[in-house]
Amino acid sequence: MKILHPIRRPLGGIHPAYEKILSRDAAIRDLPLPSRFRVSMSQHLGAPAKVLVKKGDTVLKGQRIGEPAGFISAPVHAPTSGKVKDVTEDATATGSRAPVVEIEADGSDTEAPRLASIPDWAQAEPAALLARIAETGIVGMGGAGFPAHVKLSPPKDKTIDTLILNGAECEPYLTADFRLLVEHADRVWLGCQILRRILNVRTVRIAIEDNKPEAIRAMEQAMGTPEGDVAIVELPTAYPQGAEKQQIYAVTGREVPSGGLPMDVGTVVDNVGTAAAVAAAVLDGLPLFERITTMTGHPVSLPGNWRTRIGISFAALLDACGGLKEPAAKIIAGGPMMGFAQPSLDATITKTTSGILLLAASQVESYTSSPCIGCGRCVDACPMRLVPSELSQLLEAEDYRGAEDLNVLDCIECGCCSWSCPAHRPLVQHLRIGKARAMLRRRQLQAEKKS
Amino acid sequence: MSDPKPANAPVQLEVVSSSPHAHAGTSVRRIMLDVIIALMPALAVACWQFGWQAARLSAVCVLTCVITEALCRHLMGRDPGIGDLSAVVTGLLLAFNLPPELPTGIAVVGSVFSIAIAKQVFGGLGYNPFNPALAGRVMLLVSFPTPMTRWSDWHIPAPNGIDALTQATPLGMVKTSLTMGQPLPFQFDTATAWQFFLGNLNGCIGEVSALALLVGGLYLLYRRCVNWQTPVFYLATVAVFSAILWWQDPLHNLSPVFHLLAGGLMLGAWFMATDMVTTPVTRKGMAVFGVGCGILTMVIRKWGAYPEGVSFAILIMNAFTPLINRATRPRVFGRRRKA
Repeated sequence: MKILHPIRRPLGGIHPAYEKILSRDAAIRDLPLPSRFRVSMSQHLGAPAKVLVKKGDTVLKGQRIGEPAGFISAPVHAPTSGKVKDVTEDATATGSRAPVVEIEADGSDTEAPRLASIPDWAQAEPAALLARIAETGIVGMGGAGFPAHVKLSPPKDKTIDTLILNGAECEPYLTADFRLLVEHADRVWLGCQILRRILNVRTVRIAIEDNKPEAIRAMEQAMGTPEGDVAIVELPTAYPQGAEKQQIYAVTGREVPSGGLPMDVGTVVDNVGTAAAVAAAVLDGLPLFERITTMTGHPVSLPGNWRTRIGISFAALLDACGGLKEPAAKIIAGGPMMGFAQPSLDATITKTTSGILLLAASQVESYTSSPCIGCGRCVDACPMRLVPSELSQLLEAEDYRGAEDLNVLDCIECGCCSWSCPAHRPLVQHLRIGKARAMLRRRQLQAEKKS
Repeated sequence: MSDPKPANAPVQLEVVSSSPHAHAGTSVRRIMLDVIIALMPALAVACWQFGWQAARLSAVCVLTCVITEALCRHLMGRDPGIGDLSAVVTGLLLAFNLPPELPTGIAVVGSVFSIAIAKQVFGGLGYNPFNPALAGRVMLLVSFPTPMTRWSDWHIPAPNGIDALTQATPLGMVKTSLTMGQPLPFQFDTATAWQFFLGNLNGCIGEVSALALLVGGLYLLYRRCVNWQTPVFYLATVAVFSAILWWQDPLHNLSPVFHLLAGGLMLGAWFMATDMVTTPVTRKGMAVFGVGCGILTMVIRKWGAYPEGVSFAILIMNAFTPLINRATRPRVFGRRRKA
């Protein structure tokens, strides 16, 4: 098994306090099932799923309760057996609103008949494997939640030659992917081979940061001596090495063009968790309703990594971790760099909840920002090589066109600029406004053209 | 293991805000504090070299700057804003650019100008286009030329081996000799270079010791308050420029070592050309800025009316900062050409 160095050093990037020590040694455990599940139909990027059940219906574990509403969408499956208590609407972790199916668990956790296993996946038609992935509702589990089958079916004019498995887990605190690699590298490797068959690529790269040697060793063992151009790439530890474009650049040296997708440079990137879910879908016929989630943070009594199911509240997960040893002042779905702050612990696990982070009051600083002093640290930190200081000043002056001309739409919102700003300027926040404005203007232009 | 007392602390939500939820922990105040710390070795040498005069000027400038800043902010109806310590830095840097025997009143005028006119009029820290301390110094230089060029007594190593007493700076002596068509006033040998390096020469109170300034500069590098591009390109440009002149005509030019150690170059290259607000934000821009400062410094030293050109060079380059920033914007990832 070859272990390669990256072809390119990271552009920009930062070295935040990783704090993975809190949960990295905690083996994955099964979460005790709560009595109530609240399953959002927006578990993915794209249109929320259409609810297939109504109040009073009985559902079984793995039963389809939401069907895809469009091409970029994915079905949703019941996480346990029980009764549909209500179908309501609520805010998702990212703030948009989507239907929610509330399930009163019956405690028996009875499973619906599974889809047939495809043990001979190595000979199976790629189309059949792809259909299985679409059917089981697999989405990108690294955080963005892009429906996996869409990513795996590129248009005819795009040739894919490289599959990258993303095990970088560059977000501080999170250890879910790390534990998955250490404990279930064989499943990840199986899923990886299935993905490789679907894409029909020769080159496979598994990208892991060099602060996770145990994960690299486990993966090496699981892979044995694979055929073809297969290798682990040991990335230097830096945030955001797990960001898709940055990872493709590090691993292959290719730059995804502005406004483009990985497939434009012949590459597909999938998270290691997605690969494991693909293995479960193909070999066990299991739809995606569970994942590994890290519950961590200094206020948490016993931070750990859990096999959770969608629809479980953050509060239930916290209980399993022994509650709080000091008051928590901030609840974050995801990591500290790109995670979403939540208004309460009633928020629920989705297919993309890689971690839940609770911060203590001492970690939640409030500050007033001051004018830019031109130190250039955000320029050094930006992995897209933007000039956040200048963009932010333009946006403060509401010069949206100016910001668009300076490529604000290329911002990946990693937050490196805000993290490094000594004047505590809300740089990435300004850039988000700039992006939204630019998108709005483009839509308006398109609408004008049509009419 | 921590003690297993029941864990039932509450959730006391402070804020729901957008990411990132972590910060490097840096602040403007911390950066300014680092600059102040980095200036301490030079201040120590100044006090050793010029005695209480150095302490007097530093205290007067710092106090006046801080009071002026607070007053201006009060008049503008803003918070005092002196907590960021930037006025202290301006005061120290202005004092470092003054001759030791300058009357207190003139130092006060310079300090008020630096803060009120060169900084607060533009909107305060972050908005000033020119380095406030240098603007203050240059204003004093053109308004009070005599006291601003009155130097202490200094024993120079004379060509005949007998020490002579002078009241000029080395650069001033060179300029006077050359404009009068005389040979160079002293020999610049290794022993003299060593004296210069330690700070045993005439000049403004904070600029004399290259060693002390270098120690401070290295501290700033270590604290990532300056990037190496600015000082390295500035000093290298001066070295190369002066080396070419020296090589072509050693009778009328001094060696690059002299040019690196004399005058305000070390102070300028490490502490003023690296001022974050008034210099470029990109690494390439910092290099361009350094090269520009180096060329202008040498042009003024060689052909200008003033013996020293560091202040003017940096101020002129300050004016080019927006242009340099624009010209050195990096090529955005995934795009062919620059924005």
